[in-house]
Amino acid sequence: MVRLLIRRILLGIVVTWVVSMMIFAATELLPGDVCHAVLGQGATEKSLESCRERLQLNQPMHTRYLQWLGRLATGELGTSLANDLQISDQIGARAWNTVRLAALTALIAVPLAVLLGLIAAIRADSSVDRGISIGTLCFISVPEFFTGVLLVYILAVQLRWMPAVANYRDLTRGDFLEVIEALALPIATLTFAVLAHMTRMTRTAVLNVMSSPYIEQAVLKGASRTRVIIRHALPNAVAPIVNVIALNLAYLVSGVVVVEAIFRIPGLGTLMVESVIYRDIPTVQAIGMLFCVTYVGFNLIADVMAIIANPRLRHPR
Amino acid sequence: MSAASRAPSETDLKTRFTPSLIIGVVIVGFWLLVALFGPALAPHLESDIVTDMSYAPAGEVGLLGSDYLGRDVFSRLLYGARMTMGLALLVTLLSFSLGVILGFIAAISGRWIDGLMSRINDALMAFPSIILALIVMSALGTSLMIMIVTVAIIDSTRVFRLSRALAMDISVMDFVDVARSRGESLWWITVREILPNTLAPLAAEFGIRFTFAILFISALSFLGLGVQPPAADWGVMVKENLQGLLFGSAAALMPAAAVASLTVGVNLIVDWFLRRMGGDVSQELMN
Repeated sequence: MVRLLIRRILLGIVVTWVVSMMIFAATELLPGDVCHAVLGQGATEKSLESCRERLQLNQPMHTRYLQWLGRLATGELGTSLANDLQISDQIGARAWNTVRLAALTALIAVPLAVLLGLIAAIRADSSVDRGISIGTLCFISVPEFFTGVLLVYILAVQLRWMPAVANYRDLTRGDFLEVIEALALPIATLTFAVLAHMTRMTRTAVLNVMSSPYIEQAVLKGASRTRVIIRHALPNAVAPIVNVIALNLAYLVSGVVVVEAIFRIPGLGTLMVESVIYRDIPTVQAIGMLFCVTYVGFNLIADVMAIIANPRLRHPR
Repeated sequence: MSAASRAPSETDLKTRFTPSLIIGVVIVGFWLLVALFGPALAPHLESDIVTDMSYAPAGEVGLLGSDYLGRDVFSRLLYGARMTMGLALLVTLLSFSLGVILGFIAAISGRWIDGLMSRINDALMAFPSIILALIVMSALGTSLMIMIVTVAIIDSTRVFRLSRALAMDISVMDFVDVARSRGESLWWITVREILPNTLAPLAAEFGIRFTFAILFISALSFLGLGVQPPAADWGVMVKENLQGLLFGSAAALMPAAAVASLTVGVNLIVDWFLRRMGGDVSQELMN
């Protein structure tokens, strides 16, 4: 198992390295160079020259890649092309909003999904199960902006239970209740996006275990269906469930980009979208790298958990 | 995780046409008709300003009210159906042909070519799709053409993985061996032996990819990076009317609901199809 784990972690490092090269290379795809693309047709020789100077485009590609990696590691990312602010300052100011949104969502969505999945598995093929199945299918299918807009329309506009817009800028020092009130709708939107998949996978994982002989044995000795599932099936379904949870946390990375845009939360997602529009490539690269490392990291955790939780791999014959 | 490995439960096999399938077919059929004939039936052009009142409520101006510029939401919704579904179909066709062709080539060629293609595919799949699209578009610009190609290539990585795996499974079967020993060409084997036997799962995948393309394109348009105003696209319509929610206008809700109903409809059909093959749509969708 240790060899398997080491191999998986090494693979994760290789993937991160490849991803970093691809993000760096994205700017090299351009005919001409970044400065040409960013400054457009109206660029003078002089402004092009100073831009190239700033991005050190005069040096060969591999030198620049290594320098970029070094800057990523030390957090000194230089200044943005759109404004002259430090990229790392901008990221620092907004990262907390994103992390808080994703973390609170995970805190709510994960237990809820496991609970719903268990209910569906216990009452498999009943009307409750059907309802959960259709409901989750619908939530998997709809875009985040639909859930978000619908929630705002019903809860904030029609019922007036919530503020439709919150001032997220002042939230960093706000008290807990204020944070919850402002983030309730974004969290709910993001929760719906990841909840459905986790619920379905929990159900599938438990039902898969249910077909094994030791479950039949437990049923034959007279244990109730709830007891069979909680005591016998669930412990053996932990590996796939944990796997799915980690994969969904990885999915939160994509989810926050859209959800932040719906609610205009000044987080990393909105910063990245703005930077794409202004073609502020250094900022896009930095945030892109951050998101990708998180994504690769959660995928790695998913696999590591699956390996650790699998008794066949833990005690190899 | 192979979706096809689980045995379908008995109830799934007994029910041939479930209510959810019928609902799915009705929804998708409805939107297909709207995409085909909607623009011809629309009372106004997509960019016509019909009133000087922003966010007029439904019923007062047109069927569904007016948007932030005073354009007819109903007409724009009809035009948007063609734009959104047309783009999604184009992207799906592109990604599908690319993915299937490359996947089959990888499956039937030697270890080196297959290994190389699969590693490149893995590298592209290591990115969250939307982040990869954002990075590419920041470098190449945000034109419609670039978006279509970017989304199609990102999407094709999933098709590649599936079609390669399917073709691998089938290429080791006895009847392929027989064809090979008969002296058939690789092309003949691919088209006459492998392709027909992968059609069912590929058809389901087409539905999944179509949903994915709709969601992806409308998300990019919603972020301001896809279809550009004044063209009517459902994602664009949500974006431009988002502010209207504060004034109690449902102009942003309509196009969002249109996207949602269409994707739910497609998935109800795909779900039914996959259940008959013994799979689960949710597994495929998160990739």
